[in-house]
Formats: sequence, C-alpha cells, structure tokens
Amino acid sequence: MGVIDVFEARIYVTLKKGILDPQGKAVKGGLDSMGYQGVADVRVGKFLVLTLGSPDRRQAEQSVREMCDRLLANPVIEDYTFEVQEVSS
Amino acid sequence: MRFGVVVFPASNCDMDTYHVVDQVLGHPVSYIWHREQSLDGFDCVVLPGGFAYGDYLRAGAIARFAPIVEALPAFAERGGLVLGICNGFQVLLEAGLLPGAMRRNDSLQFRCRDVLLRVENAHTPFTNRYRMGEVIRMPIAHGEGNYYADPETLEQLEGEGRIVFRYCSAAGEILPAANPNGAIGNIAGVCSRRGNILGLMPHPERCYESILGNTDGLGVWQSILHWWGAAREQEAVRNV
Repeated sequence: MGVIDVFEARIYVTLKKGILDPQGKAVKGGLDSMGYQGVADVRVGKFLVLTLGSPDRRQAEQSVREMCDRLLANPVIEDYTFEVQEVSS
Repeated sequence: MRFGVVVFPASNCDMDTYHVVDQVLGHPVSYIWHREQSLDGFDCVVLPGGFAYGDYLRAGAIARFAPIVEALPAFAERGGLVLGICNGFQVLLEAGLLPGAMRRNDSLQFRCRDVLLRVENAHTPFTNRYRMGEVIRMPIAHGEGNYYADPETLEQLEGEGRIVFRYCSAAGEILPAANPNGAIGNIAGVCSRRGNILGLMPHPERCYESILGNTDGLGVWQSILHWWGAAREQEAVRNV
C-alpha cells in the first residue's frame, strides 16, 4: 500500500442558470427592504467541506467529482464546483 | 394482489397506505424495511410520503441509495407496479426512475391543503377508473413539490402521455392560480414510459372513505386492482 494523504475538498452546489431560485428571491427581497438597492440578484446554494484520504490529489479530485455526480448535486437542476487541498502528508 | 409499503426512517404516511390496502381494499400488504433487498412476491410497491432520512441534502437524495430502492428497477422491469406518493415521488426522481427534479415551492411555504387535479391520462395502471379530463380533489402536504424538467424532457413527457395529473381550477383549466407550488406546466404526477411507475405529490391515501370527507383518491387504488386483474386475465388467456 502506498502512502495515503489527507485532503480537504470544498464543494459549492448551486442551482443551474435559468432555474428559478425562490430562496434567492426572498433573500434579495430582504436586502432590498433593508435599503441595499444595488443588489441585482441573489442565488442560494450549498457549501460542503469533505475530508478524505487519497494517494494523491488527482485521485481525490476524481472521487469528489464522482460523489458530486452521484449524490452531492442533482445534475437535473444543480451545478457544482470544488477545490481540493492537501491538509497533511 | 400483494402490496408492499416501504418504510424509511421518517416515513410518515406508511400506516395510512397500509390501512387503505388492508382495510379498504382488503388485499394482503406488508411493510418493507428500507434495508431489505428483495421485492420477490410483491405485485405493487408503494413509496409513501414522509421525510426519508430527514430530507437531508435534498428530498429523497439519501433514500435513493437504500437497498430496497436499488431493487426497484428490476422489479419494475418485471412489470411490478411502483407508486411514489409525495416523498416517494421525490425518491423516484432522485433514483432516476422518473425524469425531472423537485425544487422548493415557489412560495417557500409548506403547502398543506386540498388541491384540484385534472386527470390527463386515464389509461395508466393507476388512473383507469377515472375519466379522461376528470377533475378530482386530493390533499397535498409538501415544501418541495415544484416539479422541474428541461424543455426536451417536458416535450417527451407530453408526447408520450406521461403527464398523469395537473393542478387545475374547478372548471378544469390549467391556470397559474391553481398551481400550489410553481411546478412547471402545473404538473402534479408523471409516469414511466411503460406506465407502471407513477409519482405524484398529492396523497390518494388520505382521501378514500367518506369519513375522511373525500373519496376522490379511491380511484387510484381501484385502478391498481382493476389493472392487475385485467393483466392476470390476459396472462391466463395466453397460457391456455
């Protein structure tokens, strides 16, 4: 077995462009009523932090992508981005 | 005809569903714990309403990986009937057994009230006791019933007659004012290509006896029995 390093993945899940976001609309309404008139749009999404062991960054990214496709995001209505950082070796 | 009612952690319409089948239809029914792996011996499986796994991440997202849900495609392939009600519909969408996805209600409010539905397809195993275009009343109780499908999928569903119920006015018109959650095309229920998987947001297991003040949901259960009886007869004729 090779060495397993620990990585942290920071995952952002957002509704696709064009998918109505009622939560974002409500938050924008709140900001509007507080006087922040310059806010053009608000989109509410999810932020997930994963800690995982992996032999290298490439494999960590590959497995995070698979997790996003299969569970963490719903490809019908959501997009995702993520960044993976090594936290120890 | 043998029914199964799947029980997830935080299912809460499982006992109502069991009651309809057992006490009203008088057919054999069992609860199926979500960790079970086999649907052998069942003819119709119901995924009941509730908040499986607390609806964490997205409604139905975690439940969709339960062993019993993984057994559904093969069960449906063999011709078994699958009925997903409310949270059960959300699970079927997450599992990819029906197309589309659920968004938060456009009002951001949990909607718990009666709605009117127009029967868009009265030829499915679940709706054959209704008339085409009939307007029926059923209760809804959900926060995420805002159905979405992309334009191509929507066109395909329309073309194949797979939109089974739409929210409508008393006169049967499909109006924005009759839409309780913002669902695209006022869609309340869709079925699979073969018709043997149905998902719907309204609750036919809450309106089947007059003591409940409404019997419009009974048609769904009677349709299932009628369809199954007809299917068995055809099979018997073929085997003669």
